[in-house]
Amino acid sequence: MSEALLGGIVVFVLATYLGASLIGRVPPTLHTPLMSGANAVSGITVVGAMLVAGAGFGWLSNVLGFLAIVFAMMNVIGGYTVTDRMLEMFKKAPGKESPK
Amino acid sequence: MIAPWVERVFYLLAAVLFIAGLKRLQSPETARLGNRISATGMLIAIVVTFLSSGTVTYGTIIAGLITGGLIGLVMAKTVKMTSMPQMVALLNGAGGGSSLLVASAEFLHVESRGIAPSVDVAITTQLGVLIGAVTLTGSLIAFAKLQELMTGRPITFPAQKTFNAAIFAVIIALAAWLVAAPTAPVWAFYVVVGLALLLGVLLVIPIGGADMPVVIALLNSYSGIAAAMTGFVIRNEVLIVSGALVGSSGIILSQIMCKAMNRSLANVLFGAFGATSSASGKSAAGLTVKETNIEEAALQLAYAQQVIVVPGYGLAVAQAQHQVRELMDLIEKRGGVVKFAIHPVAGRMPGHMNVLLAEANIPYDKLLDMDDVNPEFERTDVALVIGANDVVNPAARNDPSSPIHGMPILNADYAKRIIVMKRGMSAGFAGIENELFYDAKTQMLFGDAKGTLSKLVAEVKQV
Repeated sequence: MSEALLGGIVVFVLATYLGASLIGRVPPTLHTPLMSGANAVSGITVVGAMLVAGAGFGWLSNVLGFLAIVFAMMNVIGGYTVTDRMLEMFKKAPGKESPK
Repeated sequence: MIAPWVERVFYLLAAVLFIAGLKRLQSPETARLGNRISATGMLIAIVVTFLSSGTVTYGTIIAGLITGGLIGLVMAKTVKMTSMPQMVALLNGAGGGSSLLVASAEFLHVESRGIAPSVDVAITTQLGVLIGAVTLTGSLIAFAKLQELMTGRPITFPAQKTFNAAIFAVIIALAAWLVAAPTAPVWAFYVVVGLALLLGVLLVIPIGGADMPVVIALLNSYSGIAAAMTGFVIRNEVLIVSGALVGSSGIILSQIMCKAMNRSLANVLFGAFGATSSASGKSAAGLTVKETNIEEAALQLAYAQQVIVVPGYGLAVAQAQHQVRELMDLIEKRGGVVKFAIHPVAGRMPGHMNVLLAEANIPYDKLLDMDDVNPEFERTDVALVIGANDVVNPAARNDPSSPIHGMPILNADYAKRIIVMKRGMSAGFAGIENELFYDAKTQMLFGDAKGTLSKLVAEVKQV
């Protein structure tokens, strides 16, 4: 087993454990923003997509890389924007009346 | 151009910001800031990659960033809150698709140069392709079911599981061949991609529309795991960390949903629940319901000290959240207390009902989870059930013959009085009779949620 793979597995296992302990404490009321926020974070594949599209590997890599960037950026921009839109609506009970 | 070690430091920073952002999702007060912290991490990752020494051409990248960003922006700004499950389904699919494309591009590039990748890269490439492809097509089917472009009923055919298992076996065999023999023909790779895309479709079609919340959560997880696999392929830790975070999030949410439905994940995925109407349990023959009218219901609500609203998806379908808030404001102005009891499966995805009520300006501290609200029902004057059915069915507690027996429910039947707003006497999604409707303390208020609530609001004003 290569050093790089082993290091990657260590990182993966620890991050999974950390993720599980953090997400277990997210209140149910925020589960939908959590999921759209997770979409945004999974848009991190944009890094891999940019490396593929920008490496000058040839037309096939360019096309696949371009599409991969488009998909990943839908997640990044779409995910963060819609999560922000939702979280903005979550308000605590104000003194009494809430203005429209 | 920046040095590789500087790149890695900034990728680490991005990963730390994702984690810091996620941590702030533990409270609605800090969640918005957390989302922005996470977005900052993403911006750093993108800028660093742009400046990376590995990046030599920029045209394709810029075009891709702008195109994808604009599509995402338009989706995010125009989506209706009721359609959030569809949006998340599409984004899951896009995430899976992105991983599939990156892994494929890496494979084809290496293959075309005739060099053999190391075994671990070869394996994770195949895994990235497989999980990415299943996530892509599986999510598109989930989207189509939620959007009602196709039937929400489970689609089954004879020997379905055997067939799926056979396809899976062929994929694994071909992928193993590609890993073991770098000289394997490239068509084998295209067959793996094609079969994995087909598998995604086949795995989701037998799952009923009502189980889509679990499926979306699970596909959310898959899209993260696919991203992590891509991270192994290109040896980039920030992808591995982010993918693992998303992967664990989706798994936990799907477990929560399964628990709320008292079903195992295996049963949701392979049980084809609701394919046949397996209505068992007690029959309602010979029982009658008591009907009430607007005036009577308004009086009870107006003089109640505590009202708990139990919203179901019917409320959201009728777009009656704003009427509920008006009713809440009126009751509170008269000195009563109004709370909302939210069952985990009340909406179409985890936490969906909370978002829909928040959109109608209902403060989040009035939205109580099942465990917090259940002890409250006993001292509640009126439980107002709007468009909810199975989640308040006492049979889940006390009728072992009922198909939903064991499912955790909201104890609306413990309230002093129950008003059930409903279109008609149809059974819940599993075709199960609801004892609550025949309870001596229960009064039925028939009609569509929006119209009835508007009339209730007008009536309470006059009390």
